Amino acid sequence: MSETVKFTIDGKECIGKKGQYIVDAAAENGVYIPVLCHMKDVIPAGSCRVCTVKANGRNMAACTSPVEEGMSIENNTAELLDIRKAIVEMLFVEGNHFCPACEKSGNCDLQALGYKYQMMVPRFPYVFERRNIDATTPKIFLERNRCIFCKRCVRMIKDAEGRSIFAFKGRGETLEINIDHKLAANMTDEMAQLAMDICPVGAILRKEVGFNEAIGTRKYDKKVIGSDIENNHQ
Amino acid sequence: MAQKVTIEPVTRVEGHGKVTIHLDDNMNVAQSRLHIVEFRGFERFVQGRPYWEAPVLVQRLCGICPVSHHLAAAKALDVIVGAGTGHGLTATGEKMRRLMHYGQIFQSHALHFFHLSSPDFLLGYDADPAIRNVIGVALNFPDLAVQGVMMRKFGQEIIEHTAGKKVHGTGAIPGGINKNLSIEERDLFLHGADPLNIDKMIEWADSALQFFKGYYMQNRATIDDFAHFPSNHLSLVRKDGALDLYHGVLRAVDAEGNKILNDVDYQDYYNYIEEEVKSWSYMKFPYLKHLGKEKGWYRVGPLARLNTCDFIPSPMAQKEFEIYKAVTNGKPNNYCLHTHWARLIELLHSAEIMKDLLNDPDLLKTDLVSKGIKVHEGVGLLEAPRGTLFHHYKINDNDEITMANLIVSTTNNNEPMNQSVNFVAKRAMSGKAEITEPMKNQVEMAIRAYDPCLSCATHALGKMPLDIKMYDAKGNEIDHYKS
Ligand code: SF4
Repeated sequence: MSETVKFTIDGKECIGKKGQYIVDAAAENGVYIPVLCHMKDVIPAGSCRVCTVKANGRNMAACTSPVEEGMSIENNTAELLDIRKAIVEMLFVEGNHFCPACEKSGNCDLQALGYKYQMMVPRFPYVFERRNIDATTPKIFLERNRCIFCKRCVRMIKDAEGRSIFAFKGRGETLEINIDHKLAANMTDEMAQLAMDICPVGAILRKEVGFNEAIGTRKYDKKVIGSDIENNHQ
Repeated sequence: MAQKVTIEPVTRVEGHGKVTIHLDDNMNVAQSRLHIVEFRGFERFVQGRPYWEAPVLVQRLCGICPVSHHLAAAKALDVIVGAGTGHGLTATGEKMRRLMHYGQIFQSHALHFFHLSSPDFLLGYDADPAIRNVIGVALNFPDLAVQGVMMRKFGQEIIEHTAGKKVHGTGAIPGGINKNLSIEERDLFLHGADPLNIDKMIEWADSALQFFKGYYMQNRATIDDFAHFPSNHLSLVRKDGALDLYHGVLRAVDAEGNKILNDVDYQDYYNYIEEEVKSWSYMKFPYLKHLGKEKGWYRVGPLARLNTCDFIPSPMAQKEFEIYKAVTNGKPNNYCLHTHWARLIELLHSAEIMKDLLNDPDLLKTDLVSKGIKVHEGVGLLEAPRGTLFHHYKINDNDEITMANLIVSTTNNNEPMNQSVNFVAKRAMSGKAEITEPMKNQVEMAIRAYDPCLSCATHALGKMPLDIKMYDAKGNEIDHYKS
């Protein structure tokens, strides 16, 4: 049996396993910490920083920092909520996110966080960067305008031999998500669907199924993001 | 001394337009024009987008009748995904879309009659503009005002339960629909508490129509005389000649009722219709190719539809259709203000059709989408509240849209609106050195009869800022009217 550790989040006493990332341990204790790049059981990337918490007085990414015995974690403080909201705003202004015509609307984690943090007008100027679309593979429509560089697809979508179908190219401002055309040619519908589902925004679209889910039946139509974690432990 | 009068913008229509009226040396109206000064550019925005996004993206060009664009785009994409046109869809797919469409027609027609045009009839076109608006109607005819609001609400709720949202929903997808109707939803509309049930809607639609007929009988001379001119009329009709607002073949008749476009398949619309660009307007001027620019222009919308169809496939509306047709001895009706009458007959028809659909068990079934072999091009047409709406798309092998052509209802009515403005301006303004508010409103009434969608938000209060300017031959402003 793995060793347990005790810690607190906003004063609530919690129990986790040694080495467990804060974000996962929090979820098991019914505390929601927002994520965009993190996925449970996948090697963390720590790229989006929306999970920032204050652990023992220092700002840390909850998806890359393990819980420690006696750790005091701040999560829902005004300061942290504003930091998270600012990050969400930055992601919105950096890409070209037009929710009204996006098929991921209602299923989009970024949009859901925008609602959760009641983002109205971003405090940062829009970048309006020109990004290309790659529609040349049979199953995937890659809408780079919406990519937030979370790297989920790179880490998770692999072929039978373990090769990543998606990869980053370039650095800094020239960084872009790419799809391997040869590997993508063999993607099954299930893989394409999984890629679309794990992408936290509408950058990876499975072709020809857009808008199949009626309004009212989508993931965040009726509940706020994170509420399932919070409600499970009441 | 020749002069030019400018009316800008026109009030109580959807959108932003201006009118210029040119007077000759004898102060008679030489020429009038309705200028559309908005530019939307959706045909360009949609290029490069995945084709299945079009019904959701393109509907954003309008907040008043987005359902029409949503469905016209979906119909074009039905062709692209190999579901064919019209009856290629599953029964549930087609009927849910029809319900959505007739809900849209119902709410839009109710909006137009009660909120936009009724102030002219109920309060008089020469009434003080301060009260000649929807607020004036609410104060003086509270029952009618409430009916208008509730009818709109009913139509909007039909849209919500078929498209997912009251405005800008996502219900229609290529090859079908993304939801059916539950028994609870159906019963809400069939047996909801008064007034929000379909029987009340039929009753109120009928009473609005009877009100207009009564008004017409008392003011027949004025209404008939207001603006009338011969024109061609174009719309979709069902294959058997019935009025059908969702699907059919293209038919056009001339002012005498001769068929000049004989029930053709709209997939080839570009063989029959051409559009002319004029330098003074962002709106194109469509015409029937074989008749040429001068003779080929046509009207669309309620007036045109009741001129092209042979009958209305719902009993109460059919009865009213017969009374309406008798006024012109069965010939096409070319009286501009009769459009309101035709619109109210369609309002009643839409309510009757919604009732039929709601009673149809196909709406509750779960077979929602059908697809076949994909092709690269598709055309979708339907009868929007304001007239025939054309959507035409081409896609490439990567599923990206490469071409979009939209001919919206108001564009089809461009030349008729100009003709009406000209007619009324000549009547009301010739020989006058000064423009009065009632004169200005008459010009607007001529435009308003078409319920044009120029897209603007100020109409709801029955007041759009409007400027009329008069210029002499040298271009000097000699009079300026501001509402
Ligand atoms: S495409 Fe989606 S999953 Fe991949 S990096 Fe971009 S946002 Fe993340």
